[in-house]
Amino acid sequence: MSIYIELFLTFFIIGMFTIGGGYAMLSLIQNEVVTVHGWLTDTAFTDIVAISQMTPGPIGINSATYVGYEVLARAGASEFMSILGSFTATFAVVLPSFIIVLLLCKVYERWKDHHIFKGVLNGLKPATLGLIGTAAISLATPENFIDWKSYVICIVAFIALYLKKIGPFAIIGLGALAGLLIY
Amino acid sequence: MISLWKIFSVFAKIGAFTIGGGIPMIAAIKSELVERKWLNDEDFIDIITLAQTAPGLFAVNISILTGHRLRGTKGSVVATIGSCLPPFLIILLVAMFFTSFKDNEYVIKAFKGIRPVVVALIGVPMIDMLRATKMNWWKWIVVISSMILVCFLSVSPIYILICVIVMAVFISWHNNKKIREKKI
Repeated sequence: MSIYIELFLTFFIIGMFTIGGGYAMLSLIQNEVVTVHGWLTDTAFTDIVAISQMTPGPIGINSATYVGYEVLARAGASEFMSILGSFTATFAVVLPSFIIVLLLCKVYERWKDHHIFKGVLNGLKPATLGLIGTAAISLATPENFIDWKSYVICIVAFIALYLKKIGPFAIIGLGALAGLLIY
Repeated sequence: MISLWKIFSVFAKIGAFTIGGGIPMIAAIKSELVERKWLNDEDFIDIITLAQTAPGLFAVNISILTGHRLRGTKGSVVATIGSCLPPFLIILLVAMFFTSFKDNEYVIKAFKGIRPVVVALIGVPMIDMLRATKMNWWKWIVVISSMILVCFLSVSPIYILICVIVMAVFISWHNNKKIREKKI
């Protein structure tokens, strides 16, 4: 029982202090799960990150679910108890931002026409766009762009998406197909 | 009124089919929510901004904010469960049965094709949002300087957000004071 409480508290704190999305969360998870609690080894954690990036969904949710499962499974718990572990970690990681963002919704609806709130939102908009641009640039690494064909795929996808010729779901499927055919 | 089941299923679709985490999800969220007329362009940018600034995961925050806009607290709960449930189930399946799938030859090949696509999935909505925002000189400065600071000087985004909030509070307070003084 105590492991579930510990898992809950650990992921609750991780969820509360994550600012800047999934990748920021990964370093917090690594610190807590590998260094502080010693629940997983570094290699096990690296594998979990790789799989979290390769499966659909937010990376923070994927890795919390996986870590919750593995921590229990490695401690010798049954399948059912391990699933309960993954549920605990996922629930705990979502809960703090759920409470905070729900309060933010109330603030937004109450104050959205106030001049200071408007000013802050107006200032944050371009900063958010800048941070989103940063995410695109930080993914343009040699690991993700292995040769000239990668650039062709990226440019074709860019044009197709920009001209609304194709939806975002279909483009991921076509990217996978291109990878299978070319490489 | 939009039914809770509809909200759940739209967010479940977004959660089940977007690879590469929260920010690449923007394209899918935009095509599902804005083109469905659940949100207009301006609401969408407000929600993206609040989701990015609040603590927690971007995709989850978007679900909470959009759900709330559509159906209040109930909408938030349903949208959040919708976007988390499919990834949760998929990861459980992988953890239980397919631990070796990341070393599979075909999976590796497919991902060589997906990774460059993800960059386009982030870039295109960013351009769309830039066009929907009424840009002026200082907004361009904020966009470009935050990109340079985070990308090339490795400044944490938290400091940029805090700086912007403090400056915006001061500037809007100052402008408002000037307007009031003119009226008197």
